Amino acid sequence: MMSDEYIIEMRGIDKAFPGVQALSKVDFFLRRGEIHALVGENGAGKSTLIKVLTGVEKPDAGHIILDGEEVRVRSPLHAQELGITTVYQEVNLCPNLTVAENILIGREPKRLGSINWKAMNAQAKEILQRLDVNIDVTKPLGLYPVAIQQMTAIARALEVASARVLILDEPTSSLDMHETDQLFRVMRRLKSEGVAIIFITHFIDQVYQISDRITVLRNGRLVGTFETASIPRLELIAKMIGRSLTELDEMSQIKLESRKHIKGEALMRAKGLGFTGGIEPFDLELHAGEVLGLAGLLGSGRTELAQLLFGIEKPDSGVLEMEGEEITRFSPLASIGRGVALCPEDRKEAGIVDDLTVRENIILALQASRGWFKYLSKQQQYEIADRYIKLLNIATPSADQPVKNLSGGNQQKVILARWLATNPKVLILDEPTRGIDVGAKAEIQRLVLSLAEEGKACLFISSELEEVLRTSHRIAVLRDRKKVTEFSGEVDEHRIMQAIAGGEA
Amino acid sequence: MSVSKSSLILRRVTESRLFFPFVALALILLFDLVTVPGFFRIYTREGNLYGNLIDILRNGSTVSLLAIGMTLVIATRGVDLSVGAVMAIAASVAALLMNPYVLAKELPPHIMKFMTDPHFTYQPLWVVILVTLIVAAICGLWNGILVAYGKIQPMIATLILMIAGRGIAQLITNGVRIQIFYEPYAFIGQGWIVLPFSLYLVAIVFAVAWLLTRRTAIGMFIESVGTNSRSSFYSGIDEKKIKLLAYTFCGLCAGIAGLVESANIKTSDAFNMGQTKELDAILAVVIGGTLMSGGRFSLLASIVGAWVIQAITTSMYAIGVPAFALQAIKGVVVILVILLYSEQVRNLVQRLTVQKGA
Repeated sequence: MMSDEYIIEMRGIDKAFPGVQALSKVDFFLRRGEIHALVGENGAGKSTLIKVLTGVEKPDAGHIILDGEEVRVRSPLHAQELGITTVYQEVNLCPNLTVAENILIGREPKRLGSINWKAMNAQAKEILQRLDVNIDVTKPLGLYPVAIQQMTAIARALEVASARVLILDEPTSSLDMHETDQLFRVMRRLKSEGVAIIFITHFIDQVYQISDRITVLRNGRLVGTFETASIPRLELIAKMIGRSLTELDEMSQIKLESRKHIKGEALMRAKGLGFTGGIEPFDLELHAGEVLGLAGLLGSGRTELAQLLFGIEKPDSGVLEMEGEEITRFSPLASIGRGVALCPEDRKEAGIVDDLTVRENIILALQASRGWFKYLSKQQQYEIADRYIKLLNIATPSADQPVKNLSGGNQQKVILARWLATNPKVLILDEPTRGIDVGAKAEIQRLVLSLAEEGKACLFISSELEEVLRTSHRIAVLRDRKKVTEFSGEVDEHRIMQAIAGGEA
Repeated sequence: MSVSKSSLILRRVTESRLFFPFVALALILLFDLVTVPGFFRIYTREGNLYGNLIDILRNGSTVSLLAIGMTLVIATRGVDLSVGAVMAIAASVAALLMNPYVLAKELPPHIMKFMTDPHFTYQPLWVVILVTLIVAAICGLWNGILVAYGKIQPMIATLILMIAGRGIAQLITNGVRIQIFYEPYAFIGQGWIVLPFSLYLVAIVFAVAWLLTRRTAIGMFIESVGTNSRSSFYSGIDEKKIKLLAYTFCGLCAGIAGLVESANIKTSDAFNMGQTKELDAILAVVIGGTLMSGGRFSLLASIVGAWVIQAITTSMYAIGVPAFALQAIKGVVVILVILLYSEQVRNLVQRLTVQKGA
């Protein structure tokens, strides 16, 4: 019987939003105790499918069969009662509460009507130990790194519902390699306990590392479901983006070509620059026409280095020179004036202003550099916005759309547009491709190279080594808040990995 | 073709920020139309217009003025609780400048006779107004410094002046309630040029605020800072200066409101002047659809919000609700108005317009 094999069968799911057919006739089958990767570009319909499954959205048509019985999922709460539970990309917990409170809030063990703190802490500790996490659960959650917060979210998800189905929405996008491994161990353990896991990710490597089967969506339609072992990587990517991969290979060609444009004189030069608690003093040169890659693990000081160059942080040692002149004023505004731009790592927190329109988001930094009173006319604003919407291929119904309605990849492009509009000489990109789909990733990488070709100096920061290798002319490696080495010319992945990992490797 | 065009206009109307405040106002006036005969009667006397509607506009002008400044502050994700106290300070300063003799213990008789003279003022009117507004702006600046540079939570920072302000206002006049006899000053609050003079003030302040925020980049920066201050900082916006400006402007508006109010009641009553007006102003902004969490704002919608509040008060008086019951009734009406704003009602309206369009 079918229901023996599958814990969830979704059949013929349709869902339309005003102007978009988000899902059309999508089938999705989840086996018991499998790890099932759900992949596709942004806007492919992954999130909508999950929202339908968890009762956030009601499908226009189709059936959901849970454990052999047809169900109508009324709300996320109802989904939890059914044993379907979700851990979202952004951790939805309270950083000021303790870890234990976060896990058990709403179901605290009680004694005589008041909370039994001792039992609660013990219980939380035990739950976390099941996930191989040993931490002090009485400390506020906010003190722990994102990975631990993620584990806490999973622990809570498992605790709230005795979950039969666990949905992980981009759980690894803010984790480093070790943390990802830890998460995978937990996933494998849960799988062996019979929990079926839906794993949504943009990292193709991870799909192959952990999943048993893969379902690919594209433009709201099902492309197919495949056994992971039987579909080669290239074929999978081709299915996801629906176009040829040769353009990805073109990149290295472009890169070789563009090497000619690199200027000898440094545009920006740091000498012994550093700040306590952030990054130890480092030397760095950025040349016009060059892409300098910055590799290193999460927490190695990549973001701090970028913030220092852009004036978010002030150095307490060393000098920073721009075109041979020493910089004395450190602030974002002063940096914009010098022709430096930073696309920050944290798109939601430090990038987009979600209530403002695409147009306003694009002109924001340019207008800030012009001050309060030299206001760009509406006409100029539309010209600039429309130019970049076209140039960067931003998918939006109009320039007046609030930016929060755009998908992650398009939001990232809007922020890129914001900085390109200031016509910078030095462009610092901190994780510009995080959490966005393969197609948009390639687009952004290509864009970075073409910007360098135009004579800009680009600092490209990414935790995906492959991407750094593909886009950069030169690569600097950070480890433990120190710049450890620099590679130029053709370098192989292995040597950089060694540098990143340090002595142990 | 024409059908889809009209439905498009309908959509745009219902999605406008002004839609719900106007609906709220219309519902209250509808209530008056049914229950109070002759509520809408407007009559002229010596070429000036009078009537309940004019009363709503005139009595709502103080809260309108406060709401304009409050809108900018709330849009930066702040709040200013001190506007009522700043009104009191402004009234005291103005009254004292016109008649400082009230503080003297003994006065020579030749001065005594000026005390109740409707043409007498110690300082010329323009000095009175200018100095008062400067003092009010300094009050706002103080709030702004505490919030932007002191990094104190807006509610706490402005609570300081809310409490201390009334004390300061009383100190200025040495605890005396100064009666105002000077007629040109009283005109600010009581005067009429076809419409009540205070309405023109509201119009001017609104125009200035609108030009300042919508014809420069300031409005966008305020919305950006209020929506996401970190992103704004990364984009090079000076959040501190923006906040400083918003609070200073709010103080200035409170100063003007203080002039209007004291001119209207012809006294500087440091204790009662502007009591709980700060709450009305906040409510007006909220009814106008600007979120307490900051971001997008509409000045005009806030003014409509102020009219809604005043319309409630005037209507209640018109149907004979006693003054002591007013606050309670007002609370109930406010709940109803806020219900209008709920997602359910919004969705309902959207569904209706979509159906009409289809």
